[in-house]
Amino acid sequence: MKNSIFILLGGLLGVVLYKSEAASWFRIQEMFRFDSFHMYGIIGSALVLGIILVQWIKRSGTKSLYGESILLPEHKISFARYMYGGILFGLGWALAGACPGPIYILIGAGEWSMAIVLVGALIGAFAHGVWSKKLPY
Amino acid sequence: MSKTKPMFLQTWPWYVSGPAIALIMAALILMGKRFGMSSNLDTLCSLGGAGKFSDHFKGDTKSSNWNLLVVLGSVLGGFIAANLLSPNAAVEVSTNTVESLRQLGFESAGTAYLPTELFGWEALASPKTWGILLIAGFLVGFGTRYAGGCTSGHAISGLSNLQLPSLIAVIGFFIGGLLMVHLFFPLIFAP
Repeated sequence: MKNSIFILLGGLLGVVLYKSEAASWFRIQEMFRFDSFHMYGIIGSALVLGIILVQWIKRSGTKSLYGESILLPEHKISFARYMYGGILFGLGWALAGACPGPIYILIGAGEWSMAIVLVGALIGAFAHGVWSKKLPY
Repeated sequence: MSKTKPMFLQTWPWYVSGPAIALIMAALILMGKRFGMSSNLDTLCSLGGAGKFSDHFKGDTKSSNWNLLVVLGSVLGGFIAANLLSPNAAVEVSTNTVESLRQLGFESAGTAYLPTELFGWEALASPKTWGILLIAGFLVGFGTRYAGGCTSGHAISGLSNLQLPSLIAVIGFFIGGLLMVHLFFPLIFAP
């Protein structure tokens, strides 16, 4: 039951991102060229409702459906990892036209070349793990 | 695109998609988990035996199985959306974007979901395409794991939780994206 909910939520995410074209390389281009409000509308409205829902969940002390208390990650304050990692991801996001979610969604959609991007992403995640002790955090 | 087609077969507007993403995030939180689509890359590395090379990948992968189920779902969702809900997958981006991209050699702008010049079968005949796709993937994988999150983890979840580090990461995402599109694209895709 629990497992099928995760698959269902992933499925909804896939349909929503594909149908709103947030998974389209062209929409990412349009966003970084400031030629349309579409992507800003998606991220902005997700954020407005997201802030309301998360703050409500936190302040009301709502428990998870399984009765556990909800612990959201508090990121440690630092600059280097977020800024450098963010810039590297941004370079890749604009070139591939896809962040990790859409990579999977597009493979499902039959865009097989995205599998090459996924292989690159796995090599990248592996390289980060191997070098993580040498990177500034 | 025909106006008589049901709404859900056309491009979904931002005011449907954005709130839907927030609800999916909230559902994952209420399931006791969180919304982030890049941590599964570490899970996949661990399952592939990366623990032999770095302690970073050691540890309990069973507790991360749920994020692989979300991945499985998103693959299925992509399949359903593309095959059952998209009679016309052409993305009608703004004419400015179409013109800028055509100048860079992306003739498919405005007629496809992804540029055939980068993702089509014929493009794969060129080693340059493989290089671009692998490097782009590498930057996505390395960058998200270094920054500890991607669009879902930082831009949506982290900012919804009012996390300052997520704001720094999102500023980084945009610096990187703007540099790529405005500085590197003319160099990489010079006609």
